[in-house]
Parts: sequence; structure tokens; C-alpha cells
Amino acid sequence: MRRIAIHTAMYVLLAVGALISLYPLLFMLSTSLQPMTVVFEYPPKLFAGALTWDNFEAAWASRDFSLYLVNSLFVTAASLFIIALLSSLLAFAYSRFEFAGKRASFAVLLGSLVIPGLTLVIPQFVMMHQLGLDDTFAGLITVYAAGAIPFTTFLLKGFFDSISREIDESIAIDGGSSWTMYWRMVLPLSKPAFVPAIIFNVLSIWEEFPWALTIISDPAKRTLPIALANFQGQYTTQWGVVFAGSLIAVVPIIAVFLLLQRFFVQGIMAGAVKG
Amino acid sequence: MRRRTFNLEAYLFVAPPFAFFVLFIVYPLVRNALYSFTDFRLTNLHAAPFVGLDNYVRVLEDPVFWISIRNVLIYGAISVPGQIAIGFAIAFVLDRRIAGVRLFRTLYFIPVITSWVVASLIFKFIFTDRGLLNYVLSDVLHLTGEPISWLSTPLYAMIVLSLLGIWKGTGWVMVMYLAALQNVPKDLYEAAAMDGATVPQSVRYITLPAVREMTGFVQIMLIIGAFNVFTSVYLVTDGGPLNQTEVMLTWMYRQAFGHYDLGYASALSFLFAIPIGLLTWVRFRLTERSGT
Repeated sequence: MRRIAIHTAMYVLLAVGALISLYPLLFMLSTSLQPMTVVFEYPPKLFAGALTWDNFEAAWASRDFSLYLVNSLFVTAASLFIIALLSSLLAFAYSRFEFAGKRASFAVLLGSLVIPGLTLVIPQFVMMHQLGLDDTFAGLITVYAAGAIPFTTFLLKGFFDSISREIDESIAIDGGSSWTMYWRMVLPLSKPAFVPAIIFNVLSIWEEFPWALTIISDPAKRTLPIALANFQGQYTTQWGVVFAGSLIAVVPIIAVFLLLQRFFVQGIMAGAVKG
Repeated sequence: MRRRTFNLEAYLFVAPPFAFFVLFIVYPLVRNALYSFTDFRLTNLHAAPFVGLDNYVRVLEDPVFWISIRNVLIYGAISVPGQIAIGFAIAFVLDRRIAGVRLFRTLYFIPVITSWVVASLIFKFIFTDRGLLNYVLSDVLHLTGEPISWLSTPLYAMIVLSLLGIWKGTGWVMVMYLAALQNVPKDLYEAAAMDGATVPQSVRYITLPAVREMTGFVQIMLIIGAFNVFTSVYLVTDGGPLNQTEVMLTWMYRQAFGHYDLGYASALSFLFAIPIGLLTWVRFRLTERSGT
């Protein structure tokens, strides 16, 4: 009897906790599915009789969320490509070569991890301004990529180190260059290391807010986070449309999460080494 | 057997990515330090006058600087223990083979991958003057007559922001503890139960000591996170009313891009970077030692 009581109590508590975790999302969903007039009303209603897609249509079409989604996808994909390429080159060099300055440069790389990213926002903004890259995707991507290199390199190097050097020798004996080693052997073998690294970077770039807020001013170049924030400032009361837009931003990530859950946890754990 | 002839090749691999990193991370750091000694504004990009330590003196005399530090401390004092206590409790319950464990782990993790911007908008809608909470309190439960100004009363606002931090971060703490709990042998609990230990006793004498290293790690990570809080404050209260809910990074950001007082903001950012950097360094030492 007592066991059953404890078990029931445990499940009730777990369910309450799960409801708290999910509640904001459910609430967002219910608000975004209500007609504009209902959302405007005070007191706010949790469930109106008729559900409507109007808010989604408004967010998607007249408020340009389709464009912001494409912008976010492009910025994230381009940043990831640069991050993966540059970090793996660096990680390969640190894993396989001896060269003057190796220890010092690696220390600088790791040391930079203690700098909180936002404290560099002023000089980075001025630099982008001087390079003519303010208000461009290039300015956005450059800083995302540069900021992600140290940690991604650190992650990949750990994995590259675990790949047996005997293969290096055999490739060298066959006359293969270092490039062959990097491109044909280390990269293909390292897919398990790239997956968490990519997920970690996607999570942070997809929702990045302060840098995008700083450098993007053209409404057509907004990414989803700043589009949402701006939108909320402009039309404070149109919560239905704001939440429809929020769902457009959050649902892709949650969908990918449900599909690739195991790798997400790995990515987050990997991210724990950074922060 | 590594050969010296590999060196040139090594530089071919290292130079492009390292130069990119130095140009956009290391060089800005140096520039930031230099800006902090000048009266640098957007209007005098190339001819900012050198003012010595003036900006740093101004920081110390700036009441909002101290308010912003106080607020970060309040935020950390509430959100860090909150996330650890709740995250640990959930992990402790979910670290067993009961029905639905996987489902619960998934649900509890969803706030972690919900973006800060979206989470902030939802919390703002719930706690705003004519928001959901006031509606429930006054119109449904009839507990309060006037709506409570959650977001314009500084202490309440800091509590709301801390709750947002707890909501967002607890799932991460849970995942960390779940990983640590895997290494706690389950037969220890059985043995303790046989000896008549209650559940709170076995948590205190078996579980907590066994996950102590993880607790230390999680603590430092969350404190670093608390010092870095920006987006939620920027969107939920925007530092208001009258800068009373400003935190370190929002105050720096406002000086830079609200008042265009870039030299002063650089000095602020330098001072803010010091505690965060030190904590991060300590955390690296800890992870090095424990080998995780």
C-alpha cells in the first residue's frame, strides 16, 4: 500500500513538473491559435471556442516570418560550414604536427574561452563598420564562426587524437600527403565527433540575439530572434502573432531534437566544457 | 616518428583558421582595452582623445554600475540554487527504471532548447501588468484587488527573471546529474535500506557525496551563466524602471548602443569580463583535475 502511495505521489509530482516545463509552449500554441480579437481581450482567455490559423498566416506572410526563417537557416548553415572547415584544419594540425608556436597558440585558443562573448561586442561592431560589413550576413557569420572556432577545435582535437597513428604511417608509406590524411582519413572517421559539435553550435547560433541585434538594422536581413524581439516592441498587443512567430522559430529545433535526442544530450554535455 | 619537413605543411593547416580567429577575437580584445582609456564615441572613430583612467573612475562613481552588480548577485542567489535543487531532485527520481522515464526526460529538456528570446516573450506575457498571472490572481482567485506590478517593482522583477532562469536551465542540470548518477552503484541504496536508512538519509549520505564533483562543476557553470545574463533582462524589463533592474551586460550594452558612449562601455565590459573570466578559468582547472 505504502509503495503504491509513494509511487502515485511521485508520478503526480513528475507530471506537475512536466506541465510547468511544457506550459509556456502549450500556452503559446493556444494563444497563437485564437482569433486576434480574443487575444486583445482582457481578461485573457485560455481557450476560445474557435481556433484559427490567422495568426500563423499573418506571421508567415504579412509579417515576413518566412523570410526570417530563410535568413536564420542561411546564417546558421553558412556559419556551420566555416566552423567545421576551419576548426577541423586547426584540430588536425594540433593533433598531428609538431611546429614552433604550437603550445603557445593552443594556449591562446583555449584562453580565449574565458572571454564572455558579449564583452567584445564594441570592438567587433567598430571593426565590422570599418570593413563595411555592418548590416550584412557576412558580418553576422564572421563573428559567429570566429567565436565558435576555439571550442570546436578543442572538441575535434580530442577525437582526432584518439584516431590511431598507425594509419598515418601507412598512408605516408603509400606516398599520401597530409592533406590526404586529413581529407580521406581523419574527416570521414570523425563523424561521431562532428555531430555533437554541430548540434552545440546550431543551438547557440540559431537563437543568438545580442550580436544580431547589434549589427543588423535592415528589416529584410533579420534573423528569427531579432525579428521576434522587434516585433514584440512594435506591436506589443498582437500576442497571437508574436507567439505564432515564436513557434515558427522554436518548432524546427524541437522537431530535430525529438528525432536526434541522443546526439542532443551529447552536444549539450560537450557544450558543458564551454558554457 | 614526426619529421621536421612536416613543418611548412603544419603552418599551411594552422595559418588560415588561426589568423581568422586572431583577427576577430584576439585583436578586438586588444582594441577593447585601448578604447577603455579614450573618450571614444561613434562620432570620433579615428580621433578619440586619450583620457587615462577617467572611464574607470566614472564606473566606480556610477550608481547603476553598483545596481547592476547587486542585481546579478540577486539573480545568481535565486537561480543557481533553484536550478541545482530542482534539477537534482528530478534527476534523482528519473534515475531508475520506472515507466515513462524517457518521456519525462524529454519533456524536462524542452525548455533548454527553447530559445531565450521566445522564453522571455512568454514570461513577459505572463507577468506583465495586464497579463495572465494578474488575471488569475485578481479575477479568478480574487486574491488581489489591484494588479501587482511584477515587472516594474525591481525586486519582483528580479525574482521573475530568476524564475525564467530556473525554468530554462533546470533541464540542463538534470541531464548533468543523470550522467553523474549512472556511476552511483544501486546496491548501495539497497544495503542502506536494509540497514533501515530512510530515503532522505541515503540521499544525504550516499547520493550527494557521490555526485559532489558534478555539483561543483554545475555550480560554477551556472554562476558563469548568471553573470552572462542578458537577453532575458533586455527583453522582459529592459533594465527598467529607471535602470533599477539593469544587470552588468545590459548596462554595458545600453552605454554602448543606447548612449553611444563606447569608451565608457569598454571600461565597463573590461570590468565585467574579469569576474566571468576568472570563474571560467577556475572551472577549467576543476575539469582538468577531475578529467571530465
